[in-house]
Amino acid sequence: MKIVLSHITKKFPGRGRGAKKKEDVIAVNNFDFEIPDGKLVGLLGPSGCGKSTTLNLICGLQKPTEGRILFDEEDVTELTPQKRGVGMVFQNYALYPHLNVEQNIRFPLENLKGPDRLSKEQMRARVKEAAGLVQIDGLLDRKPAELSGGQQQRVAIARALVKLPRVLLLDEPLSNLDARLRLQTREEIRRIQKKTAITTIFVTHDQDEAMSISDLIVVMKEGVVQQIGKPQEVYDNPSNLFVAKFLGTPPINLFDGKVQDGALFIGEEKVLDLKNVSDQPVHVGIRPEGFVPAESGPLTCNLSRPEVMGRDVSIVSTHPASQNPVIRSIVDAESCDHLSGSTVRFSLHPRKVFLFAKDSETRIPFETT
Amino acid sequence: MEKQNLKGWLYLLPALLFLGIFMIYPLVDVFVYSFEEGYNSASQTFYGIGGYNYSYVLHDAYFLQALKNTFILVVITVPLSTGLALLISVALSSVKPLRELFQTVYFLPYVTNTLAVGLVFMILFKKTPYSDGLINLLINCFGGSSVDFIDGPYWAKMFVLCFYTVWVVMPFKILILTSALAGVNPVYYNAARVDGTGRVRMFFKITLPMISPMLFYLVITGFIGAFKAYSDAVALFGTNLNAAGMNTIVGYVYDMLYRDSGGYPSYASAAAIILFAIVLTITCINLSVSKKHVHYH
Repeated sequence: MKIVLSHITKKFPGRGRGAKKKEDVIAVNNFDFEIPDGKLVGLLGPSGCGKSTTLNLICGLQKPTEGRILFDEEDVTELTPQKRGVGMVFQNYALYPHLNVEQNIRFPLENLKGPDRLSKEQMRARVKEAAGLVQIDGLLDRKPAELSGGQQQRVAIARALVKLPRVLLLDEPLSNLDARLRLQTREEIRRIQKKTAITTIFVTHDQDEAMSISDLIVVMKEGVVQQIGKPQEVYDNPSNLFVAKFLGTPPINLFDGKVQDGALFIGEEKVLDLKNVSDQPVHVGIRPEGFVPAESGPLTCNLSRPEVMGRDVSIVSTHPASQNPVIRSIVDAESCDHLSGSTVRFSLHPRKVFLFAKDSETRIPFETT
Repeated sequence: MEKQNLKGWLYLLPALLFLGIFMIYPLVDVFVYSFEEGYNSASQTFYGIGGYNYSYVLHDAYFLQALKNTFILVVITVPLSTGLALLISVALSSVKPLRELFQTVYFLPYVTNTLAVGLVFMILFKKTPYSDGLINLLINCFGGSSVDFIDGPYWAKMFVLCFYTVWVVMPFKILILTSALAGVNPVYYNAARVDGTGRVRMFFKITLPMISPMLFYLVITGFIGAFKAYSDAVALFGTNLNAAGMNTIVGYVYDMLYRDSGGYPSYASAAAIILFAIVLTITCINLSVSKKHVHYH
């Protein structure tokens, strides 16, 4: 089922006193997007960017101040959560501590009334099916406190899936897990989503998480959608400085630069020849993989140290025009054998270099000659 | 290791001494007194050892009356006050405006003096040859005839005592329960809402289990407190409770020790031990029932 968010705005009344009193806090600002059927969508942004509010709006726990929410053709804006047919997994899982796993998963089924009411056997079958899907069949008698974080997570997913929701919503599903379990669980979420083909939306502040399993990512900042697209597309084509900075580990390296006479300058060095860009000062973003060590490369940096990470090597260096304290570039292990002395010279991959306007911070497209 | 142990016991010593002298020794002493027949506190002598004190107390009409009064008081006031407190706390938690005002109002009885409040109750309920109390005026309003709640029939006096007890014990319970309710993580309610849980089911399946430890604490202390009731009865009916027929077990113990018929520490001890046995039994029953219904997280 597709979800249409049509010009959704959510304002919270301001808490301030005096002059600030009337100023509303805009948590979500004019969110307009159609989530295609059966996709896994990641809502991504730093904390306080309105991603959780967006999830709550889709879920029905909060009502939008403006705009409509449609599930397929049905307008659900005024519907309560239970009438929307959504399943939600909360950040801390919200498993009822006094009920065992089976009772927890069965809880939503017991709320069904009238013709939807299931018999005891049907309920048991549904619980078994959901538990099987997330592979916790053996834990049905346990209390949540007797489970590990990962197991609790699975129970929460089973509880959300047991009523066969039209939409599955996950709020920071991996934030309470340790690093190893996080990798494993995100694959698990991907597998379950593929198998059930339920339109799934999850919220995360971790770009790795969002990039690795989403069909689509929505990058948000201060309630405003910055960019929507496939993870790789967004990474390769960030629409503004914020998106470029937010995606990628290690993060993108930023320099103060300028475009002059059809060339890009970082400091006094001319690093790229450009076409169709007017002369102006710019932010230059260079992905770590965009640096190629070269004896006669145009960009000269002060070498701090190479960091060996096994598969490849990250060269840590500094540059006077850099906006970050250090520059991190990722290169093949072989290509840094000849590193010596106090400087390192790079040539740049043009496709890994992005220019952003100094004031608006929007992307400036360019072509190389 | 040995040295470590010694050090530990040394740390415990002050507390152990204190508890030993002021708690354990008196308890043992009461137990001993209760078996010493004809003990005279002036000469510190007694005739013999045996169960006569218990037999006397259990055949004393005043004690049986006190026992009956205490049981009626416990059975009526503990469930009633806890239930009402729960109701009021839930109502308080679900209103936003004026919540703090209401909380203050409901908590006021807790900080007022028992005897002063007893006096007020007495005036409200008393009927004298010159005037009816406010309650009687109300009853008259609705076409009933006046009842003397303080010196009148047994049921009327018991009603006032229960009413008064509930009124006095409720504020503390409301305070505890409102904070217990506020302590329930709202995410559980959100989860339940997403799953379409009705309000009643939410209360019985989520709220109640979540606050069950506090509720259980209130029931246990409520039982013990009600069994030990004394000052409330004095506040309403004066010190001669036997004459009013409204004595309680603790009142009986006090009378045996100090009042005009006083000077019978052995009978008092026996009555106290009987009360102890009753409270112990009830608490054990409570504990075993709670194993199934109270959820500690």
